[in-house]
Amino acid sequence: MASAISVRGLRVVRGGREVLCGISLDVAAGTVTGLLGPSGSGKTTLMRALVGVQQAVSGEVSVLGAPAGSASLRSRVGYMTQSPSVYADLTVRENLRYFARVLGAAPERVDAAIETVSLDDHAGQTVVSLSGGERARASLAVALLNEPELLVLDEPTVGLDPVLRRDLWATFHALAEGGATLLVSSHVMDEADRCDELVLLREGEVLATGTPAELRLQTGAEDLDRAFLDLIDRAEAKG
Amino acid sequence: MSLRVTLATAVRVLTQLRRDPRTIGLLIGVPTVLVVLLHELFADRPRVFQSIGGPILGLFPFVSMFIVTSITMLRERVSGTLERLMTMPLAKLDLLLGYGLAFALVAAVQASVVSAVAFGALGLDVDRSPVAVVALAIGNATLGMALGLFVSAFARTEFQAVQFMPAFVFPQMLLCGLFVPRDEMARWLQLVSDALPLTYSYDALRRVTAAPELGSRFALDLAVTLGATFLALALGAVTLRRRTP
Repeated sequence: MASAISVRGLRVVRGGREVLCGISLDVAAGTVTGLLGPSGSGKTTLMRALVGVQQAVSGEVSVLGAPAGSASLRSRVGYMTQSPSVYADLTVRENLRYFARVLGAAPERVDAAIETVSLDDHAGQTVVSLSGGERARASLAVALLNEPELLVLDEPTVGLDPVLRRDLWATFHALAEGGATLLVSSHVMDEADRCDELVLLREGEVLATGTPAELRLQTGAEDLDRAFLDLIDRAEAKG
Repeated sequence: MSLRVTLATAVRVLTQLRRDPRTIGLLIGVPTVLVVLLHELFADRPRVFQSIGGPILGLFPFVSMFIVTSITMLRERVSGTLERLMTMPLAKLDLLLGYGLAFALVAAVQASVVSAVAFGALGLDVDRSPVAVVALAIGNATLGMALGLFVSAFARTEFQAVQFMPAFVFPQMLLCGLFVPRDEMARWLQLVSDALPLTYSYDALRRVTAAPELGSRFALDLAVTLGATFLALALGAVTLRRRTP
């Protein structure tokens, strides 16, 4: 399968600290790939490097066949930051209308995106009056506006109730079936099972990659939380 | 560059401002009250009000737009919306011009209301059309906006951004010739004054208000004001980075 993302020797230094230590990985097109790891492992930095907003990046980062951050990628990649980056003093619909115009997305996409994230009832509310989970969904809706080929979502399901989380993961898989590639980060291991592929990140290094089943097989552990711990122990034993 | 994105940004900024009626009230109410205050202050010396009233009208938008823009832009940086926009097909100039368009419109309303009060109710009289004063006021607002955009890059917090107002605006106000005529200043202060853009926009306002002839200096005033606006916008564009630490 073709790679939507190909990273070779990616190294990022932030504030004098090496946040990503020359990592390499591939993300297959049309999959939902989970980027998992504890907070501080470099997930956000990796995602920022992929969408081309991270400074001091060295190594090769190729996204949809172009160097990360290329102008041609700006309408092909959707990015959702960890903290909701929408205008607090605008309504959900006003936010989406603005970003749709910036992206050149059709006006109908505004309502479609609102529906996808189940914010129909709150579309006319200002973002500041929404709950944390609702704000996150408003921010997610922006990333879905122009039906991008690659979606880079930084912890999109944090603070959401289980029903909503299930629905969003179903949406992610539907998008992948439609041909999109999704890279979704989470620090909650129970979301790992919902992914086609996993990338485990720890202290700026890729600890393991593979499908959830492969990781279980590799470690002999039944739940993925345990499998992750086993992998960490092994890595540390190796020194 | 895209007209669609520029206009969308201007509409967005204006919608945000509309959500905040108190700020609109302050933007229009405060300069109006100050002009009335100035008029009362010089009640016994109407010639003083006649000579500084016009220039003051044109300087208000400079101050207001400097503050409003630097805070709005700082919020855009802090909230992550700027980072999001930087991943989208938006040219930096679209964003800057969108802001410029929106705030020039606000400045036009502000200057028109304050001028209406000054020329109508307070009996301010200038040698040339009040429209010229309003037009220069809009020009000053754009200059204030461009400087505000630029300095917002150097503020990490809103406290810092607010402090940039006295740091960048007060020296220009003191040295532009409003308080002490420039030819009465010490030589070194004149040189500093020469280097500050507000000196030129103040001079343009003074000439429109009272000078018998605009003269060639007026053309220089306009050129410097316009040039400083574009320079500040260009510097602002440089501080808008797609890639950040």
